[in-house]
Amino acid sequence: MCLGIPGEILEINGDEARAEFWNVEKTVRLDIVGDTVEEGDYVLNHAGFAIRKIPESEVEETLEIYESFLEGDEDEALEELGAEDAVLEFGDRPTAVDGERQPVTADPGDRRSREGSDDEQ
Amino acid sequence: MENRISNMNDSDDSNDEVVTLAHGAGAGSMRALIDDLAVSRFADEDEPAADEVGLAALDDGSVHPLESGDGSVVHTTDSHVVSPPVFPGGDVGRLAVAGTVNDLAVMGATDPLGLTCSLIVQEGYPMSKLESVFESMQTACEEAGVRITTGDTKVMRSDEVDGPVINTAGVGVVPPGGAVTDAGLSPGDAVIVSGTVGDHGIALLSEREGFGFGGDLESDVAPVNDLVRAAMDAGSVTAMKDPTRGGLATTLNEIAEKSGVGLELDEQSIPIDDAIASAGEVLGIDPLSVANEGKAVLGVDADDADAVLEAIRAHPTGSDAAIVGHATADHTGRVVLDTGFGRRYLSEPEGEVLPRIC
Amino acid sequence: MSSETDLQFRDPDAAHELADRLAALMDDIGESVSLMHVCGSHEQAIAKFGLRSMLPDGLSIRMGPGCPVCVTNMPEVDDAVALAEQGAIVATYGDMYRVPGTEGSLADASAAGADVEIVYSASEAVELAADNPGREVVFFATGFETTAAPTAAILAGGPPKNFSILSAHKYVPPAMEVVAELPDTDIDGFLAAGHAATITGYGLFEEFVDQYETPVVVGGFEPLDVLLGVERLLENIRDGEAGLENAYPRCVSREGNTAALETMWDVFETTSGEWRGIAEIPDANLVLREEYAEYDARTRFDVDPAVGDSDPLTEQCLCGDIMAGTADPDDCDLFGEECTPGNPVGACMVSSEGPCKIWQEYGGKPDL
Repeated sequence: MCLGIPGEILEINGDEARAEFWNVEKTVRLDIVGDTVEEGDYVLNHAGFAIRKIPESEVEETLEIYESFLEGDEDEALEELGAEDAVLEFGDRPTAVDGERQPVTADPGDRRSREGSDDEQ
Repeated sequence: MENRISNMNDSDDSNDEVVTLAHGAGAGSMRALIDDLAVSRFADEDEPAADEVGLAALDDGSVHPLESGDGSVVHTTDSHVVSPPVFPGGDVGRLAVAGTVNDLAVMGATDPLGLTCSLIVQEGYPMSKLESVFESMQTACEEAGVRITTGDTKVMRSDEVDGPVINTAGVGVVPPGGAVTDAGLSPGDAVIVSGTVGDHGIALLSEREGFGFGGDLESDVAPVNDLVRAAMDAGSVTAMKDPTRGGLATTLNEIAEKSGVGLELDEQSIPIDDAIASAGEVLGIDPLSVANEGKAVLGVDADDADAVLEAIRAHPTGSDAAIVGHATADHTGRVVLDTGFGRRYLSEPEGEVLPRIC
Repeated sequence: MSSETDLQFRDPDAAHELADRLAALMDDIGESVSLMHVCGSHEQAIAKFGLRSMLPDGLSIRMGPGCPVCVTNMPEVDDAVALAEQGAIVATYGDMYRVPGTEGSLADASAAGADVEIVYSASEAVELAADNPGREVVFFATGFETTAAPTAAILAGGPPKNFSILSAHKYVPPAMEVVAELPDTDIDGFLAAGHAATITGYGLFEEFVDQYETPVVVGGFEPLDVLLGVERLLENIRDGEAGLENAYPRCVSREGNTAALETMWDVFETTSGEWRGIAEIPDANLVLREEYAEYDARTRFDVDPAVGDSDPLTEQCLCGDIMAGTADPDDCDLFGEECTPGNPVGACMVSSEGPCKIWQEYGGKPDL
């Protein structure tokens, strides 16, 4: 099975699309991608079906996080994201010790709009 | 009742065993089949004479020292059943010539005396296509500097064969001590590949899966005798093999096993064409595990490695050649790959079900 | 563009720096740490890039029940083989082709003359049915959530009448709970599967981290993704926190792919089932709902599998323990000896997502 390769949509025909994965073209089904997809969008392919539209900005952001890690400065990574300092990323972080839960983190969609990105989820 | 497939050594229930596609895939199952059918019956049990290479060696060809002491005759054969018969970069005709010329070349016989050509084709096959196949054979022969000197032709009913099927055999001569086997590596020897790997196998599989026009995927099918000659002239080549079925991974494992050495490879040095790498990612197929039809793998004395590499790179078809690793006395028979991250084994693929790509 | 950015997740220098950071964290933690992942693709990434040899001493990561082929029960394979022998065209993903049932695999059936076709996608199986109107086409539907969603999509799309599925789909979260509850296991953190989470979202792990007080990080599959996932887990462990984090934001969100999930739950429902070697897991098997029963091969056909006596070697096969994460492939006496990819005893040695196959191929052990 070819798992989870990101590719660019070249042409859409109803439920099917021609997508380019690293210079190679393949047909993917769009039935369950769960988003509106246009030519030029990136999707994640699994067993011939697009399972996610990948906003390009998210790829870049993740890279920025890696870079900050490599410079050894976690706080810088947080700053780059404009996130609260107790929560690094996009997930909930309930503490185990006293059972107190932190508020649910902003949905990734919110975070992206803070960044000024056009993408909507 | 056994649950397992291809259990070659099982002596019961042999009536129930059938030939499977795995037997043709070039790795363990195929070797077991050959062992069982042929080696057990035909191999010479006596120790080989100096310079002699017989069936038991299962090398790319056999080597027969002449009684006169003037050298040895090198002999090889291959049958070609590739599907589709015409593919990006070549066709069954080109493959038939290159395959046999290359087997001879990697045994050290880079100037073949002649090739045979045995054709089996079904009635109804368009004459124009057959012409085209023979045109390709002619071109390939010219590139290799060899002629087809004898042959055979059979026509079968269209329901009896899905051809054309072409068998070629070749014969060449090497001076005394001039044959190069696949068992001659010593610890410290460098390992060179003459160019990019994975091209043929991935190009054909992609073609069959219907990949489109975005990619430049082409088979690398070509004779390499001239390039091998240049390499041998430049330094001491201790072992050679052409990485066909089962790919570079199988070839390196076989060389390591037969030579009684281990191999250490640097993954980042292995030349792979970008488009082929991409297609491999999408297909989930490793370029190191599929066939090459225009490449040679050479073991070279460490002192000569740079000179040999330079000679290969100077050749028109060798510009991507690279030193990819070296032999070691550790982990004999196994190939260890430094991935750039951590280390892991490079194993041969087990009986891939890739129908007839060469 | 995409390939360039993606290849940045394979930058070896960045990976070595992340590895140094892991070593520093392990120093802070001061004792050994045992992590588990539940995805064959993670094991492949780890093995293929030799990542275990980059991990500091005392840090181990082991595979749990993450190989859908490996946990597909022998009787399920027998059913598929029986259908092929009864004359249907059986379409299967490549991985299931050689998995042994009690009387042989689909590959054996094919060699003996049955019609078995390997497909890369569920939609290919439907095309087979459309192209062969006179034959019954049965799709052997194996895989976890990520693959169940496509199967659901094609059924919801109204496939031809000669099409049916033999559902062997599995659902992972219940299996993680079973593993977390096993008395022998002491997992300090879970690396959750990025692609399954693309579909399901990571929100469904919120209860899990609360209940088991163990951190869960959703990770991707490039070498940097995996190392980052491990790094996030170690930070949680160092701080004594049972956090839930998403380290694969480019593909995973909290609620997941709701359209795919809706389709999946429209078509399938869960039921208890036996996973190969791991015994009964509640709500971990996916079966067709009533509304889609017409496409269920088990109701359409009278499936009459030949069930063989189990091979004595199967008794020694450790697939179950390996899938449960209580053993490593090289703990099994048969590993690499009687059981090899060419001659597999258990499914773990057949599937490209099976830990035994992966270890046999790539080495598995850290000290290469």
